This record gives sequence, C-alpha cells and structure tokens, in this order.
Amino acid sequence: MSIDVTTATAAALAEALADGTTTSTEVTQSYLDRIAGADDQLNAFLHVDAEGALATARAVDARREAGEQLATLAGVPIAVKDLIVTTGQPTTAGSKMLEGWVPPYDATVVTRLREAGLPILGKTNLDEFAMGSSNEHSAYGSARNPWDTTRIPGGSSGGSAAAVAAYEAPLALGTDTGGSIRQPAAMTGIVGVKPTYGGVSRHGVIAMASSLDQVGPMARTVLDAALVHELVAGHDPLDSTSIERPVPAVVEAARRGDVAGLRIGVVRELGGEGFQPGVRAAFDRSVELLVKAGAEVVEVSCPHFSHGIAAYYLVMPSEVSSNLARFDAMRYGLRVMPHDGASAEQVMAASRDAGFGDEVKRRIVLGTYALSSGYYDAYYGSAQKVRTLIARDFEAAFEQVDVLVSPTAPTTAWKLGAKSDDPLSMYLEDVATIPANLAGVPGLSLPVGLADDSGLPVGVQFLAPAMADDRLYNAAAALERLVDMPRLEEIK
Amino acid sequence: MSSSAISRDDVAHLASLARIDLSDDELDRLGAELPAILEHVKVVQQVAGDDVPPMSHPIPVANVFRADVPRPGLTPDEALAGAPASEEQRFLVPQILGEE
Repeated sequence: MSIDVTTATAAALAEALADGTTTSTEVTQSYLDRIAGADDQLNAFLHVDAEGALATARAVDARREAGEQLATLAGVPIAVKDLIVTTGQPTTAGSKMLEGWVPPYDATVVTRLREAGLPILGKTNLDEFAMGSSNEHSAYGSARNPWDTTRIPGGSSGGSAAAVAAYEAPLALGTDTGGSIRQPAAMTGIVGVKPTYGGVSRHGVIAMASSLDQVGPMARTVLDAALVHELVAGHDPLDSTSIERPVPAVVEAARRGDVAGLRIGVVRELGGEGFQPGVRAAFDRSVELLVKAGAEVVEVSCPHFSHGIAAYYLVMPSEVSSNLARFDAMRYGLRVMPHDGASAEQVMAASRDAGFGDEVKRRIVLGTYALSSGYYDAYYGSAQKVRTLIARDFEAAFEQVDVLVSPTAPTTAWKLGAKSDDPLSMYLEDVATIPANLAGVPGLSLPVGLADDSGLPVGVQFLAPAMADDRLYNAAAALERLVDMPRLEEIK
Repeated sequence: MSSSAISRDDVAHLASLARIDLSDDELDRLGAELPAILEHVKVVQQVAGDDVPPMSHPIPVANVFRADVPRPGLTPDEALAGAPASEEQRFLVPQILGEE
C-alpha cells in the first residue's frame, strides 16, 4: 500500500508510520520539499528547520525500528506559530523587536511535541505579536492565501493556516486571542480550534492579552485537530491559569460525529446584516445538513454579543500595553542607541519606536489610555462588566442548547491591502469569534464549502461550554462528513 | 468626559508613558485614528449597570501555587545569550541615573 504523503491526513500518516508503510524521514522530507517548492509564493514560514526536523524524524524511525511503543502522532511533522518559543530556532513573534532571537527554553506545548516525537518543520508567519486579522501586520511580509495568493490568509495565525491548507504541513499550532486560529482557518478552508481558556498551557507563548490568549490546533480534518489537541492539552504547573482537570475526550468525539438529538443553537446576533451573502448561504446550508443529520436546531439570542468588539478592543489593548512593557531593550531583543550617552529611558523609547510596527503601537497607546487614571473605570472597568454580561449570555444559551453555531467570519478572504488603511473595519471582522475569548469557552471553525459569490472557503463556528471541547469535535465531525468542501489542488 | 476629545498632545503624552518615541507622522496618524476607535468602543459605558460585577478572568482559579521545590533554571550564559550587551555575567545597560 502506498500513500500520498503530503495530501494524507495526519491520522492516516500516523497509521502508515505505525504499520511501516512509510517512515517519518520520508514524510518529513516530502513536506520540506513541498515547503521549498511552494513557500516562495506563500511566505507561510518565517524559519524552516530542515535539519532539526529530519533529526527528530530519524530518531523516531530508529525508535520504531527498535520496537518501542510510540505516541500516536510520533513522526508526523508539525509547524509552529512563531509566537511560541522554541530552543534551537529563532522566535520573532513577527516583529523586528525579536529579529534573530533564539529563546533559551521551550514552551510547554513544544516540549510536549518533542516528547511525542513530532518533527517541527519550522515557525510560521503571523501578524506582529499576534495583533491582526490579515497577516499584513507581520514585519516580515504577509503570508498569502493558497486559494488565491492575492488575498489575505487571515490572522493572526495566517502562516500556520496557509501552511496546512497548501499541504506544506499536515498539522500546525496557532494561538487565538480574538479569533486568530478560527478566522484564518475559515479563510483558508481548514479546521482550527481555540480550546477552553486554561485547557492548553500558555507557558512559553509570548503574551498578547493574558486573559484571552489560548494555543490550539490547526489541521485539515476534525480528527487531525483532535489528535493535536489531546497531545498538547492538560494541566501545566508552569501556567497559573492552567485548569487542573482531565482533558475532554476530543479524539473519541471526533471519531463519533453523531448529532442525532443534539440541541444546536443558531446565534441570532452573529449573522444577518454585515455578513456576506455567500457566507450566509453556506452557513444556512450547513444548518440544514445538521437538521437532516438529526440535530434539533433552534435560534437563540445572546444580546450582549453585539458589544463584544467594543469590550474586546478595550480589554485586549489594556493587557497588551502591560504585557509588551517587557520589551525594554535591556535584556533581550532590539536595542537602538538614539545618540551617544543616551539614557536607558531614551534607549527604551527609541528601541520601542524602531522595533514595533504600527498596529502594535496603536494598541499599546490605546491600552495605555484605557488604563489611565481618570479613564480606567469608564473604559477598562466598563469593558470588564460587558465581559460578565457576555459570559452570562453563554450560560443562558447553554441551558437551552448543547452547542452554538455561527459563521466564523462575516466575509471570505479579502484582497491584500483592502482594509489596511482602516483599523476599525479590520477589527469588525472579529465579531463572531471574540465572544468565546471574552468568556473563555472553546470554539472550532470547520470549512463547509466555497461561497457562491466569491468562490472562496467559508467556515462555520461551533461553540461549547468551558471544558466541553469534545462537543465541538463531535458536532463538527458530523457536519464534516456531509459538506461539500473541495480540495485545494493547485496554488493559483 | 468625551472620549473623542483625545488630542494629538494626549497621544504624545500616552506614547511617552508607554516609552515609545513616536515620530511626528505617527502622532498625526494616531491622533486621527484613536478618536474613531474610542468613539466605537465607548458604547461599553452604556451597557452594564452598577450591579454587574467586572470580569478580569474567564475561568476563576484561586491560590495557584506549585510545590516549592528547586528545579534547574537558566545558566548565566543562557540567560545572557539574547542580551544586547553584557559584561561579567551581567546585563550591560545604558546609564540609568543622572551624571552629577
């Protein structure tokens, strides 16, 4: 039996590796060849670690040869968003501030990948410090959407999304603060999951907004995403927000995929006006398929979701302004001397001006304002109260239904540059994904087909209560079998 | 207090608090963009009543301590590997205090 290595699912690769049909060295080399051939057009990778990936692959092959019992995904390569720190490879966060920086330790999620024997192909492109919905805020140029390279791949985990969609990697890790896994997954026609807040360790993930950030899997199938989720999730004593409870049974749920009798709520506030007709039509078709598969679908109202963006664009920049204070040009990162004899404070200000891009500066200044004495209660304080109301909307909805559904994003992928001059219009793209981050609940984006109007991928988002991530995988796996999602054959 | 009243001078003050030496062009641009963003987000002031508690963290956890046992940390060389400048196993920084 032969297997087309770069188009096979990770689950199929894992089986082929286990039964000796192929080797990790062969699989890893195939992906490295694919990256070498395609990434000039896609710019999905900021760094490719061919040597390190092949060394891991050879070690796994040797252990398997020796009869060792290995992890399910042992030998299956993965790409890692360049916000997640790695020894032996640079971590830039997509910023000039960290150009060339090689971290002295591994993130917990990276340690888990290494322990399970997954070759790390390299580090993927992102909006600077994960701030953006298009990848255009990367200091190293935008990654491109493999469905149409004149378009954005989404963001901020756009490099991971493009790499998986274009068969440059079977799997990737992303991070999601307001939709940064789910939205690029939707834009590129792949599966992306933001786990429950605290479900996956943030240790070693460069912090953007600590109460919102979460690491999660990106993959071409629901089952593949579940396999990564199960591997990286679970309590970590190095992350004080990590939940000390068993990991939800996501792999079992992804294999089950049965929505008969499942109560599914369509969120009234996440659709309709402002959503592209082709996105709405694809979403409506998906809901019909879920009904045909036996789900009980009702409409539910989450009245405060419409204020999610406003609350998010106060809470997030406030945390950003605090978290990014660590980039002070003293211990690591860029140092710019504005003139001879400059003081530490002058060096700091010059370095932060030179090292940060426009969007990062915009958010730091906005957050500094929201936290200022005299404005704190009116802005940060009020936003935190809206956050409570959004969490209560979720609680009320989940008393009526098991999962919620909505389109993942209001539009399909837009042209590079189309929204660059208007930060607010870019922010509005996050309307459907932000509530989950504010409330800490898990969300999954599933590709459900191409929009009739744009011919580009559309994602449907599933949302579930905290620590019920398995419900996402169950419902999405059921829909995955029924939708008509074409394969991306060639990069246009 | 009107949120849209943020001026270019306010932006300059905020940037100095945030230790970012913004150029004149950047101050002009942020001076125009921030009022538009604040105009949009200030709606939060009208949404929640006084009885709604603020939420700082989505999944409440309390008293998180790990066991107080020593574990290996970074060596001085590892800790200094990314430093812009170092000397005698220390971070070398520009002058912090005045000269007199």
